[in-house]
Amino acid sequence: MSVKRPNLAVNIAGIQLRNPVMPASGTFGYGEEYAAFFDLKRLGAIITKGLSLNAKAGNPMPRIAETTSGMLNAIGLQNVGIDAFVAKKAPYYRGLDTPVIANFFGNTLDEYGEVARRLADVPEVTGLELNISCPNVKQGGIVFGTDPRAAAEVVSLVRKQNDKPLIVKLSPNVTDITVIARAVEEAGADAISCINTLTGMAIDIRTRKPKIANRTGGLSGPAIRPVAVRMVHQVVQAVKVPVIGIGGIMTASDALEFLIAGARAVQVGTANFVDPTAMLSIIDGIESFLVEEGLEDVNQVIGSLTT
Amino acid sequence: MKNYETIILNNLEISPGYWRMRILAPGFAAAAAPGQFVMLRPEQALPTMLRRPFGIFRTGCLPPECAGLPPREYMEILYKIVGQGTKIMSELHAGDRVELLGPLGRGFAINDTDCAKLLVGGGIGLVPLFLLAEELIRRGHRVRLLMGGRTRDDILAVTEFERLGVETYVSTDDGSLGEEGFVTRVLERKLAKYPCAEVYACGPMPMLAAVEAICGECNVPLQVSLESHMACGVGACLGCVVKGTGHSDQRPNYLCTCKEGPVFSADQLDWGRVVNPGGGCLEGGCR
Repeated sequence: MSVKRPNLAVNIAGIQLRNPVMPASGTFGYGEEYAAFFDLKRLGAIITKGLSLNAKAGNPMPRIAETTSGMLNAIGLQNVGIDAFVAKKAPYYRGLDTPVIANFFGNTLDEYGEVARRLADVPEVTGLELNISCPNVKQGGIVFGTDPRAAAEVVSLVRKQNDKPLIVKLSPNVTDITVIARAVEEAGADAISCINTLTGMAIDIRTRKPKIANRTGGLSGPAIRPVAVRMVHQVVQAVKVPVIGIGGIMTASDALEFLIAGARAVQVGTANFVDPTAMLSIIDGIESFLVEEGLEDVNQVIGSLTT
Repeated sequence: MKNYETIILNNLEISPGYWRMRILAPGFAAAAAPGQFVMLRPEQALPTMLRRPFGIFRTGCLPPECAGLPPREYMEILYKIVGQGTKIMSELHAGDRVELLGPLGRGFAINDTDCAKLLVGGGIGLVPLFLLAEELIRRGHRVRLLMGGRTRDDILAVTEFERLGVETYVSTDDGSLGEEGFVTRVLERKLAKYPCAEVYACGPMPMLAAVEAICGECNVPLQVSLESHMACGVGACLGCVVKGTGHSDQRPNYLCTCKEGPVFSADQLDWGRVVNPGGGCLEGGCR
């Protein structure tokens, strides 16, 4: 007799995911870069590199530096631009049978609206992740992500331009993340993902120069995980929309911390660089955990925190 | 390209600060093209340690441990201790586990012309030139290696090239081995002698810039293998980009060292304000 496998499927704002694991934007390219390593059908969803109205060159080199239990990056949102994405990248997703969530940003409010509008009729794109939290470019949304009123404004504008499920990605570089979370929820966000990277800096003591050309960069990796778990926990308490947990997830137990804290799904970032198949180990590990715990459904774990 | 979880066969210091690691890698030799690289990390490292990129030095086969077993196929890297990651690697032993992703990237394009094949290596930049020399010789070409370093300690594995049948010319900045001076001076001399030549170079950026200036002046095709910090090695993180020809903020032309390289034809790249540290004075001329 075969043992019944537990259910891993979750639903985020109407997007049905076969499991709660997806890549964090910017760590998985457009998806095809990793197709050589595993079947993308195994993922809960694919999240694209952040897209803007026009192609973006990104920051000067060096752009990355490893730090203790993490890494700093200041790529600067280099991307092909929305039209090239629709024409050249999106067709790849046809027949993939995995939801594709387009991450996007704008330099101005109008650009946010225009990118959202151009994504509205792209059938390959299932949902949107609105980036109002990139710390590495002045216009990369951080202005919108640190002020509740500006955040609400950009969310309602995007909401008007595009009916697809809308996830809003929040920055941890704020005094109180719950204020922003509530503001974007009220403005029409269907889900919230958090956290983006923490602003950090590292210095080469020999050259006296910052290790990345942008001076500061976004810190990711296990170093930020406890901060991320805390913030996800706070946001889950503060809003009713589903929350996607992000921050230094390397293993299934890391992912489970976020799920127990109340995240409906998780995004995996830096771990993809360390091991291109990390997300598969995380998915399998979540399933093993459910079996060990005698649970039939991952939804029984979500929000099961006892205090 | 494959994601190996494998073991180290040996790990030895071959010159002060330079190490050579041999790693068990079944099926690797057939897949690896000259100029490709791997991403490597020790399995026992902190869980976050990013893989590091290393050029493939050579591949080979050891006899089976017991009769009847298949031979053990390996790949080798040469590396210099430059930071914490390479320091940790130098402390590993035979049998220690490593995670190896590769072979990755675009290697050298090999042209079967009758022009002289000149390989220019600076220090650890010698690494990707070995498989290239092997392949050129297999195709019947005569190969010359111009190998430069600061001191004799930076001159690696030259005898291995000689055993392949490569003519080698060594130069050091301090004259402690071979000719005293920059390797680019030797290149200028060789180009004066062989006006029909193809140059393949790998080494520090100032050396590559000087080689590019010389080859540009002599109108000789040049391929360079670049080095960069990398996080992913597969074109996803965009942390290893280099400016391509015609790059501007308005019309970005960033190329990924990992995916579109690490070997580039010199004319693919934006050499910017490249100066010729050698002074640009070609001995004998080459027009």
